[in-house]
Amino acid sequence: MPVSAADPQKTPRAVEGRAPDVFRIGGWVPMRQYAESEEVDFAIVGTGAGGGTLACKLAEGGFSVVGFDAGAYWRPLEDFASDETEQSKLYWTDDRIVDGENPLQLGGNNCGKAVGGSTVHFAMVSLRFRPEWFKSRSVMGYGLDWPLDWREMWKYYAEAEEALKIAGPVTYPWGPKRPRYPYRAHEMNAAAHALAKGCEAMGIGWTETPLATVSAPRGLSSPCMYRGFCVVGCSTNAKQSALTTWIPRALKAGAEIRDLSMVGRVEVDASGKATGVHYLREGAWRFQRAKNVVVAGYAIETPRLLLNSANPQFPNGLANSSGLVGKYLMTQSNQAVWGLSKDEVRSYKGPPSLALTEHWNYDDKKDFFGGYAYMSQGPLPAMWAKTQMSSRQLWGAELVRSMQDYNHVVGLKMVGEMLPQERNQVVLTGEKDQYGLPVPKVTYSWCDNDKAMIRHALGFMRQAMEAIDAHDIFDQDDDTNHLYGTARMGDDPRSSVVNADCRSWDIPNLWICDGSVFPTTGGVNPSLTIQAIACRTGDRIKAMARRGEL
Amino acid sequence: MAKRNSLSWNDKTREIIDKRLNVPREPRFLTPVEFAVLEAIADRIIPQPDDRPRVPLAALVDDRLVADVGDGYRSAGSPRLREAWRQGLAALETEMQARYDRSFTQLDPSTQDLVLKQMQKGELDHAAWGTMTAKEFFKSRLAHDIATLYYAHPAAWSEMGFGGPAAPRGYVRMGYNERDSWEAAEASEGKEDQARKDNARVGR
Ligand SMILES: Cc1cc2nc3c(=O)[nH]c(=O)nc-3n(C[C@H](O)[C@H](O)[C@H](O)COP(=O)(O)OP(=O)(O)OC[C@H]3O[C@@H](n4cnc5c(N)ncnc54)[C@H](O)[C@@H]3O)c2cc1C
Ligand code: SF4
Repeated sequence: MPVSAADPQKTPRAVEGRAPDVFRIGGWVPMRQYAESEEVDFAIVGTGAGGGTLACKLAEGGFSVVGFDAGAYWRPLEDFASDETEQSKLYWTDDRIVDGENPLQLGGNNCGKAVGGSTVHFAMVSLRFRPEWFKSRSVMGYGLDWPLDWREMWKYYAEAEEALKIAGPVTYPWGPKRPRYPYRAHEMNAAAHALAKGCEAMGIGWTETPLATVSAPRGLSSPCMYRGFCVVGCSTNAKQSALTTWIPRALKAGAEIRDLSMVGRVEVDASGKATGVHYLREGAWRFQRAKNVVVAGYAIETPRLLLNSANPQFPNGLANSSGLVGKYLMTQSNQAVWGLSKDEVRSYKGPPSLALTEHWNYDDKKDFFGGYAYMSQGPLPAMWAKTQMSSRQLWGAELVRSMQDYNHVVGLKMVGEMLPQERNQVVLTGEKDQYGLPVPKVTYSWCDNDKAMIRHALGFMRQAMEAIDAHDIFDQDDDTNHLYGTARMGDDPRSSVVNADCRSWDIPNLWICDGSVFPTTGGVNPSLTIQAIACRTGDRIKAMARRGEL
Repeated sequence: MAKRNSLSWNDKTREIIDKRLNVPREPRFLTPVEFAVLEAIADRIIPQPDDRPRVPLAALVDDRLVADVGDGYRSAGSPRLREAWRQGLAALETEMQARYDRSFTQLDPSTQDLVLKQMQKGELDHAAWGTMTAKEFFKSRLAHDIATLYYAHPAAWSEMGFGGPAAPRGYVRMGYNERDSWEAAEASEGKEDQARKDNARVGR
C-alpha cells in the first residue's frame, strides 16, 4: 500500500492549508498559513527539541509563528521502516568536515534533519540536570555558571515531563525530590538487568530509565511495543518526539510549519534589528518577514547560520560581538565497555537504554571535574558491526565470526561531561554544500580532564562487567555523543552570546533556543533540559510582551 | 525472510527490503574496472559462505554511490563520498601496480589480506593516496561501507540471530534467555534438533 506518490524529501507536504497528520496513514490536519509579506511575530529556524517546543509555547501564547525545517515532514506509521540503512533519511548528512585531535562523528549519531529535529530518532532518555551543575563554577569549581536557577528549572522540567508523559520509576534515586513521573516505568530487558546486577555488585544505585515513550496508551500514541528501532525512528508513535507532541499542539494553536525549507541567512536592517529569514524551498530562495527570529538549528547549524548571515554592520556574523559564536563546542564522552554473557540477552528488544546509573554524577570523590551516567545498550546490527570494526579493528572472517555472538552481547555506555574549551569550534570553510552555503568545519580535541573521566568510567564499567561474569570484554574508546555550546548563555555580553532568556545580547529581536546555548553539558542527555529551557523562554517572552519589552 | 509477510514487517519495510534484494548487479556509478576491484575487496572484508546466494556487496556499495548520501561528516583531507571511493580504489591499484606489477584482483587471497591489513594500519603510502590516508580510507569508507551494508541485509541478520524488522508487532518477552515465538531459537550443542523444530514455527 504505497500511500502518497510524492517523495516527502523532494516535495513539501505542509502546503495548501494542511499538514500531515502524524498519527494517521495518509492523514492531514488543518494548518494556518501566513503570507511571506506578512510580518509574523516569530520565524523559528529548526523544529527540534528547542524550536518545536518554543513554536508550541509561543503559538499557544497567541503569537503568530512560522517554523522552518530543512528536513521532511514524516508520517511515522507509513514512512518509517524497521531498517538502519533506509532510516538514514532522518539524519543530517550534508557535507561537514571534522578535524582536531579527536574528530567528532556526526550524522546519525547526533544530528537529525526532519520536522521534529533529532528527537525523531533520539533514544528518549529524559533526565534532569544535577542542580549544582547550573552553578558549576561557583559551587563545584569548574566550567562556568549558568544564568538560570535550578529551582525555577525544576518547575520547567516538570512541565516538559508532563508534556511528554515520561515513563519513569516511582522514586528517582538521585537529586532533590521530583514529582512522580506521569507514566509508570517500562519493563526492563535483559540488558537492563545486566546493568542492575553490575551496579548491585559494585555497591552503587541504579534505576529504570525515565523515557519519552509511553508505557500506556496516550491519545493516538499506542504504548511502546519494544521493537527496539528507536534510534532509527519509531514507526508506532509510542515515542514522544517533538514531531508527535509539541508540533501537533503548535499547529492546533495556529502555527505554520514549513518543511523542506532551508534557511540560509537571517536578514538584519540598518537599525540593527532582524527583519526575517531567507530560505530555500522548492528550488527558489524566498524571504519571510518577521518581527522576531529564533535560531534553533542545533550546535553546528546555529553558528553556521549566524556566521553566514554576516553583513557590513556585523562583519563577524550575527550576535557575535563576544567573538564566541561557534566557540566552546562541546560533546559528551560516549565510551563503552562491551562483553558477552553466557545467557541470551537479545538486547535489540526494547528501547536501547532501559536502565542507568547516575552514581558518578552525584559522588564527588573523584580526581577529575564533572560527572557521568552510564546506561544499558541495545545496538542494531550495522551499528554493532561498526563498533566491532572501530574498537577491535575486526574485519574478514574474524568480524563475521564475532557478529554471531550478537544475541549474547551486553554493554554499558557512558554519557560524560566534557569541559568547555575555546579551541573546540565550528567555522565556515570556502567549500559549498548543495544549497550553495559554506560547509562548516568542526574541530574537537579532548582536554586532560576529559581523558581522566574516560579512564575512570572505562575502568569502573569494566569492573561492573566482570562482576556479572561477562567474558571477552573490550573497550570502545571512540564515539561521539550529543552536541552543545557555540552560542552560550550567560550574564555578561562579553563572555556569552545570549542571556538567560535565550535573547541575543547584540540584536534584541534575535533569539537562540536549542542545544547551543548550554555553557556546560552536565553528565546527562540534553533533550529534557533543552525543552525545559524552551518552555521557560516561551513564558519569558509572553511576560516581556505583556510588559512591552519585546 | 520467512517473516516478510508477518506482522513484524510493515509495508514500508517490505518495500525497501525488496528494493535492496533486487539491487541491480551491474555497476551504475563505478566503472567496470573499479567495480571488479571492489568485488575482490568485498570478498575479503566479508567472506561469505558457499551454501547460499551471496549478498552482492559491490552492487550495494555502488547503489549507495548512486544515491550519493554521505555520513554527515568526513575528515579534513578526505573528499566527499563518491570522490573518496574513486580516489581510494585508484590509489590502491596504483600502489599494487608499483609493488606487484598487477591489479589487486590478481593477487592471491592471502596477499590480498596482507595488503588490506597494511591499508588498515596505514602502511600503504604511495603518493597516489593524496591527502586521504590509506588508513582513513579503510576505516571510514572501505571496511565501513562494505560491512554496514552487509549487516543491513536479511541474509546477515539470519546468520547472527537478529530478529530483524519488528513493526507493527514488537516483542513481549524481554528477559534473559527469553524468546518470542517469532524469533529464531539458538542452536546449542546437542540441541540442534530442538532449535530446528522451534525455528520451523518462526515466521508466523
Ligand atoms: C541517535 C540519537 C540519540 C539521542 N538520544 C538522546 C536521548 O536518549 N536523550 C536525550 O536527551 N537526547 C538524545 N539525543 C539528543 C537530542 O535529540 C538532541 O540533543 C536535541 O534534539 C537537540 O535539540 P535542538 O533543538 O538543539 O536540535 P534538533 O532537535 O537537532 O533540531 C534542529 C532542527 O533544525 C533544523 N535546521 C538546522 N538548520 C536549519 C536551517 N538553516 N534551516 C532550516 N532548518 C534547519 C534541522 O533540520 C533540525 O530538524 C539523541 C540524538 C541522537 C541523534
Ligand atoms: S521500542 Fe518503543 S519507542 Fe522504540 S521504536 Fe519500538 S515502539 Fe517505538
